[in-house]
Amino acid sequence: MLAGVRPGRRRLMDAAFLLLGAALIVLSLGTLAALLLDLVRDGLPRLTSGFLTSFPSRKPDQAGVKSAIVGTCAVMFVTAVTALPLGVASGIYLEEYARKNWRTAIIEINIANLAGVPSIIWGLMALGLLVYALGLKRCILTAGLTLGLLVLPIVIVATREAIRAIPQGIREGAYALGASRWQTVRHHVLPYSMSGILTGAIIAMSRAIGETAPLITIGALTYIAFLPPSPVTSSPPFVSLTWLESPFTVLPIQMFNWVSRPDARFHANAAAAGVVLMFITLSMNALAILLRYRSRRAIRW
Amino acid sequence: MASEPIGAEDLRLEFRLGLSPARRVLRRVKERSIEAGLFLAAASSVLVTLGIVGALVYESSTFFAHVSILEFLTSTQWTPQFADARFGILPLVSGTLVTTAVALFVAVPVGTICAVWLSEYATHRVREIVKPALELLTAVPTVVFGYFALLFVTPLLQRVFPELPGFNMLSAGLVIGLMVVPYVTSLSEEAMRSVPLALREGAYALGATRIQVAWRVVFPAALSGISASYILTVSRALGETMIVAIAAGMQAKLTLNPAEPAATITAYIVQVSLGDLVHGSIGYQSIFAAGLVLLLMTLGLNILGYLIQRRYREAY
Repeated sequence: MLAGVRPGRRRLMDAAFLLLGAALIVLSLGTLAALLLDLVRDGLPRLTSGFLTSFPSRKPDQAGVKSAIVGTCAVMFVTAVTALPLGVASGIYLEEYARKNWRTAIIEINIANLAGVPSIIWGLMALGLLVYALGLKRCILTAGLTLGLLVLPIVIVATREAIRAIPQGIREGAYALGASRWQTVRHHVLPYSMSGILTGAIIAMSRAIGETAPLITIGALTYIAFLPPSPVTSSPPFVSLTWLESPFTVLPIQMFNWVSRPDARFHANAAAAGVVLMFITLSMNALAILLRYRSRRAIRW
Repeated sequence: MASEPIGAEDLRLEFRLGLSPARRVLRRVKERSIEAGLFLAAASSVLVTLGIVGALVYESSTFFAHVSILEFLTSTQWTPQFADARFGILPLVSGTLVTTAVALFVAVPVGTICAVWLSEYATHRVREIVKPALELLTAVPTVVFGYFALLFVTPLLQRVFPELPGFNMLSAGLVIGLMVVPYVTSLSEEAMRSVPLALREGAYALGATRIQVAWRVVFPAALSGISASYILTVSRALGETMIVAIAAGMQAKLTLNPAEPAATITAYIVQVSLGDLVHGSIGYQSIFAAGLVLLLMTLGLNILGYLIQRRYREAY
């Protein structure tokens, strides 16, 4: 079978495939580059400081993303507070405490399935459960909770992988010195896996920043030309949580709003919002790659 | 997995540490409550699943009290906004399947070839650079991909096919395909790299070239992992929302022609959400029924992928 083709032709096919593979990879990455360039070319004229500090407007050349940026930050804060403690705790339980039994198996299969649920379904969950069944408003809190639960599987998987990379000897050393299980986790396992967990957390947050669909179903696509109330107040107790109940908009929603308008002048605004969004997500991913690369070099077991 | 449960070992250890009985009890109570807390965190994900399924099933059940399941599954009309509203899911399913098919038409060949190339041809250094770069494609927010499909890919296609409408499933599908290439590539590449070297060396010893080793030895040996990667990719493409909502149009239409505009299940949910939902109206409930169909489709695929990976895994 192998000798059926003349050697010269076989080598030619080999070289041809080498080129084909390289070409397809260049094509894929090239399309990504084209996407970025197209976005920057369309959006750059609108990317002035006024764009970042203005509210959305009916006039395309006066509209900006101020409320969207503040909204994104507020929603991401709630997302992080939801997803990170819950995700890291779940990861620790599954790696360090869970015994191999049906309870653990159910939790593991469940997390794997949650990771594959389409994002729009999370939006339906938020609408049906959080908004109507639990009576939450269509506000920052609801959006943050939704996205927090959506990225929870990412945080759990990243935590588990980071913990699993720590050699058993570290734990045995701690146990030999009389440490309890939690002391071992708290003082040895967690510090050593921190950079891996952090990388996963950054990836999860960058995913959440770009999510649009689950927020549309809870009715986030509205005209927001104001900021949520400040979390810091002048009278005691100096902190206020009313901002959680404020209506909001976020960057991807604002971009969707502009791109779906028939008036082409708004498309430049959409591109500019896209540039801001891409800048945030790509820098977060670059940070994660850098962290992973450095921790891989720093720790040798 | 933890190796040993808390039990007799710990008692002996605490004894040797010389802890007083009171501190021993305190220590055990603290350990137990921490473990219970961590378990609750892990178990909460099951509650989330119950929440998703519960919300979808509850709202869908009221929908199906008005619309018979038979009509839902067989009618070819989806016209919830008409006075004579018809709820046949088929047009939405056809839109979903067509965009997914176009996406796979791009992602499967490109992703597989890239995976073979990265696994069998690329040097370590090239792989270390290309893989994270490709994964950046998954980091791009889908709304940006939607912009790209509507305002870059469609005008480009219209230069070749001038009669192509501004909204069409073709450009949305192509862009989804580009987006999911990394899913195919990274999972398939991992599957191929876990094929033991001895298999390759055996083939080389028989005089095979690299391309023959790649396609006739490594590819078949890694087929279970590769097909699982395809199935997960299908499930991603089915659930993609923003690209189709922006670029493929929002009118439900029973067609298999990718050059036409048509709504997918996800685009319909977005379209209804953009209007003012009246809680309890049939339009509001219909998005949950449509969502339930989508969830069942993706869930079925995920389970299938999991089974294939487990059932046909070549053990070395």
